Amino acid sequence: MKKIAPIVEVKNLYKSFGSNHVLKDFSMEVSPGENIVVLGKSGSGKSVLIKCIINLIQADSGILKILNQSIQDMGEDEVDQLRSEIGFLFQSNALYDSMTVRQNLEFPLRRHWSVEQRKQGAERAVLEALSDVGLAHTIDMMPAELSGGMKKRVALARSLILKPKVILYDEPTTGLDPITSREISELMVKVQKKYNATSIIISHDMNCIRITSNRVIMLIDGKNYAEDTFENLQKSTDPKIREFFD
Amino acid sequence: MTVNSANLSKNQIRMLKTFQIEQNEFLKEIGNIARFTGKFFRTVIKPKQEYKEFLNQCFWIGFKTLTLVGITAFIMGLVLTIQSRPTLVEFGAESMLPAMVSVSLIREIAPVITALICAGKIGSGIGAELGSMRVTEQIDAMEVSGTNPFKYLVVTRVMAATLMVPVLSSLANAISLYGGYLGVNIRGSVSWNLYWFQVFDALSFGDLLPAIVKTFFFGFAIGIIGCYMGYYSKKGTEGVGRSATTAVIVASLLVFILDLIAVQVTDLLGLT
Repeated sequence: MKKIAPIVEVKNLYKSFGSNHVLKDFSMEVSPGENIVVLGKSGSGKSVLIKCIINLIQADSGILKILNQSIQDMGEDEVDQLRSEIGFLFQSNALYDSMTVRQNLEFPLRRHWSVEQRKQGAERAVLEALSDVGLAHTIDMMPAELSGGMKKRVALARSLILKPKVILYDEPTTGLDPITSREISELMVKVQKKYNATSIIISHDMNCIRITSNRVIMLIDGKNYAEDTFENLQKSTDPKIREFFD
Repeated sequence: MTVNSANLSKNQIRMLKTFQIEQNEFLKEIGNIARFTGKFFRTVIKPKQEYKEFLNQCFWIGFKTLTLVGITAFIMGLVLTIQSRPTLVEFGAESMLPAMVSVSLIREIAPVITALICAGKIGSGIGAELGSMRVTEQIDAMEVSGTNPFKYLVVTRVMAATLMVPVLSSLANAISLYGGYLGVNIRGSVSWNLYWFQVFDALSFGDLLPAIVKTFFFGFAIGIIGCYMGYYSKKGTEGVGRSATTAVIVASLLVFILDLIAVQVTDLLGLT
C-alpha cells in the first residue's frame, strides 16, 4: 500500500532558551486532513513547537517540513508565500485592535492578493469567512466591542481567509467558559471539514481534545512521549500519561 | 582594620562587577539599536511601500501633535521675550529685543523644545503602541499573515517622524515668533511691520538652514528609538510601560546629543 506523504513533518527538533532545553529530539508527522492535538503541561514547549513550525521561532536543529517544503532553508519571500497556505490562531487572538473586524480580515489579503483581486473579491471573502464562524454581523465592529468567544471566532475567520491547507491552533479554548469552549471546538471541526484542512492543535483542555482530535501527541520532557487516539491514551496505565486524565 | 579593608575590597569588587555588567548591557543595547537602524535602511528601499499607513502616521504624528507644539511654542516666544527685556533695558538695547529673541528661537529653542515635546508624545506613543502589539502577539500575527511588520510598523513610523518633526518645528518657529511679537508689545510698542522687519533683518540663511536640517535628525532619532523600544518590548504590561518610558528618556537624550553635534558641525562649516 502506498504511504501518503505527511503534510507536516518534524524530525529531531531541538530548541533551547539559554539553559532551558524546551524541545529535545522531538519528532512527529501529520497526514493530510488529520486533526492532531499536542498535549502537554504548561511550559512544556507546545507553543514553541508550533511557532517553530511556522518559523516565528528559529529551531536550534532538526528538520521541519510543511507542504513538502523545508521552511528553515527558505528566503523571506518564500516563507511569506508558504505562510499564505498556513492559518494560525493565536492564544491571545492577536486581533489588530486599531482596525475593524473587516480590516482585520482584509489584512492578510494585502500581501497575497493583487489590488484588482482585492477590489473584486475581498468583500466576498471576508463575508464568507465571517459567515463560517457565524459572525457576519460584526463586520464593522471593533475588536474591543466583541466578547472573548467572538474575538476567538473572528481570529479563526482571519486565519481562514486565505483558505489555508494547514491550520495551527495555539490553545484555542484557553480563557473561555465551558459552553463557548465547546462551541469553538465544534467550529474547529466544522471548518476543518469545509476547508479540508489539516490541523495541529495545542491544548490541554480535555473536552476540546475529545471533540477535535483524530490523534493526540503527548509532549513530555521535550519529546514525543506517546501518540495515539484520545480514547486509547485515556486507557493508558503509564503514570506520566495518566497525570493528564486523572 | 584588616577585616574592614577586606570588606571594602569585596564591596569594591562587587561594585566593579555590577558596573561591568551594566556597561556590557549598555554597549549591547547600543549595538542592537545600530543593527535596528541598519535594518531600517535595508528595508526602506525594498518594495512595496506602505503609503497609506505612512500617511496615516503623518496625520497622527504631525497633525495630532500640532496643538501641543503650537501652544508650547507660543508660550515659549512670549516668555522668552518678557524675560529678556529687563536685561536688554539695563544695557539700553531694548530695540534689539526682536532680533535677539528671533535668533534664540530659530537657532536653538524652538527646534529643541519641539523635538523634546515630540520625544515625549511621539516617542512614548510609538513605544507603547508597538510594545502593546508585541505583547498581544499582533506583530507575530502580521508576520504569520505574510506582511513584513518591520516595513508596515517601523518604516512608516520612522519616516513619518523624520518628515513631521521638521514641519512641526517650522510651525513652532513661526508661532513662537508671533508670541515674541505679543511679548514685545506687552510693555513696549512695536508695530507689526517693524517687528517682522527686525526679525528677518537679524536672521540669516546660516541661522535657518542648520536649524531645519537638524530637526530631520531629531525626528529620525525619536522615531527609531520609539520603534526599537516598542518592537522589542519585553512581555507583560510592565514591559510596555518600560518601553514607553525608556523611549522618551533615550530619545530626549539623543536630541541633546544630536544638537551638540549639530552645533559643532555648523561651527566647523562656518555657518554660525
